[in-house]
Amino acid sequence: MKALVAVKRVVDYNVKVRVKADGSDVDIENVKMSMNPFDEIAVEEAVRLKEAGKVSEIVAVSLGGKKSEDTLRTALAMGADRALHIETDEKLEPLTVAKLLKAVADKEQPHILLLGKQAIDDDAGQTAQMLAALMNAAQGMFASKVELTEQEAVVTREIDGGLETVALTLPAVIGVDLRLNEPRFVKLPNIMAAKKKTLEKTSPADLGVAVVSHLNVVRVAEPKARQTGVKVANAAELVDKLKNEAKVI
Amino acid sequence: MSVLIIAEHDNQQLNPATLHAVKAAAGLGEIHVLVAGSNVAAVAEAARKIQGVAKVLVAEAEYYRHGLAEELAALAVKSAEPYRYLLATASAFGKNLMPRVAALLDVPQISDLTEIVDGNTFVRPIYAGNAFETIQTSSEKVVLTIRAAAFETAAAEGGAAALEQVEAAAEQKLSRFVSQELIHSDRPDLGSAKVVVSGGRALGSAEKFNEVLTPLADVLGAAIGASRAAVDAEYAPNDFQVGQTGKIVAPQLYIAVGISGAIQHTAGMQDSKVIVAINKDPDAQIFNIADYGLVGDLFEIVPQLTEALKA
Repeated sequence: MKALVAVKRVVDYNVKVRVKADGSDVDIENVKMSMNPFDEIAVEEAVRLKEAGKVSEIVAVSLGGKKSEDTLRTALAMGADRALHIETDEKLEPLTVAKLLKAVADKEQPHILLLGKQAIDDDAGQTAQMLAALMNAAQGMFASKVELTEQEAVVTREIDGGLETVALTLPAVIGVDLRLNEPRFVKLPNIMAAKKKTLEKTSPADLGVAVVSHLNVVRVAEPKARQTGVKVANAAELVDKLKNEAKVI
Repeated sequence: MSVLIIAEHDNQQLNPATLHAVKAAAGLGEIHVLVAGSNVAAVAEAARKIQGVAKVLVAEAEYYRHGLAEELAALAVKSAEPYRYLLATASAFGKNLMPRVAALLDVPQISDLTEIVDGNTFVRPIYAGNAFETIQTSSEKVVLTIRAAAFETAAAEGGAAALEQVEAAAEQKLSRFVSQELIHSDRPDLGSAKVVVSGGRALGSAEKFNEVLTPLADVLGAAIGASRAAVDAEYAPNDFQVGQTGKIVAPQLYIAVGISGAIQHTAGMQDSKVIVAINKDPDAQIFNIADYGLVGDLFEIVPQLTEALKA
């Protein structure tokens, strides 16, 4: 069984981004970049499925500028078998990303496709569902548990108010959530070994997908700042403030 | 120009999420609501009474019972033709379903809106709420999900929309429902509670988490939330998580107990009307956004607060 994993290079989750003075975008010059944390969980899950003998090959895919290669090398070091880089400097909307991944899926014919449930930069949370739609495949979003049989992926999903389990006909697209696993720490020998693994390059044009833009970002702004509050001395004073000043209780 | 809102429900009751969606859509055009499920007459009736809804489309099929995205997306696409906007709340339901609808229609989606400026211009958070982008689209059709906490609810009574039965779409049979495990609680729903009491890692254990927070939440009639760290440490179930990767809340009063104020957490609660922080570290980030801060040992302060509130 073959697994396809999509990984995105994003601003590291520990970085607090700043908006550029001209309001055109956030400033990500000279900021630490990492693999999207949810994608890391997706790679880890694929590797565990391989270690469990359920998956025989893992193909990692990334889209973006030259440096997305680094993210793919990380995926290879974690245990992916080979990598595919769809190189482009254009800004890609989720629907375009889904179309590009669909084109890759058409060639690779994976049985299971693992993606993060969202990227922590644009927070759109669309790509996995869109890819499933374009493939006319089943989707298991917000997955906290994945079990694979010959015909199905049984996925436990985190929903509002609890958990839901669904069985998905293969091939299926799975959007992974935080509690699915803890990604491994990559050791140096694995990083060295990853340098020898195949990393193939392609482009949107090669894949026959037009990069179309439907959405135009006109402004990026800081969130409204909250006014600095006051420190109170004790519980009694707090209750008094909440009752008589804020009037919320 | 009109809007189709996909109703969220459990076949018996309409979820308040739909009321937020109706309110958000008020300026976009005539509002129709699609209720798909199995034996959903009561839900359709509730949707019909929402103020601002002009028509309710009802589609019944056994395979709509569990809200599977594969089935509902096919139906939404089949119903989509007359509408410019397809809209739902960015709840687990809406987030699961709407991108599938958008891709099948080959149109863009704009996720988790916090403001609708006009019919083509929308505001949404990026980078965990550390920035807000204003997006314009001239796309002929667009799929939207809205952040419930950013919009009020439409009045549940007073409307008298027309009801129209619509044919179900063909069954997709790509996935099947196996089981569901819902956590039942007498507390208000975290997403819509007026008061939320949240605990962090400083609570130290699941026992302490409950022992300290439950009496305070009881006296305030509050929902209980938790930081991601507290959830990861298994002090509280995942369902309690407030934050970028959990629930986004905006209650009248948010009390953060033993929470440091990491970006992850504040992204989920910074739109609360009044924020109270109780933390023994005077330099904790949470005090930067709190309206009222109380520095000290939560194990002493929270019981005192609970007693003072009872008085």
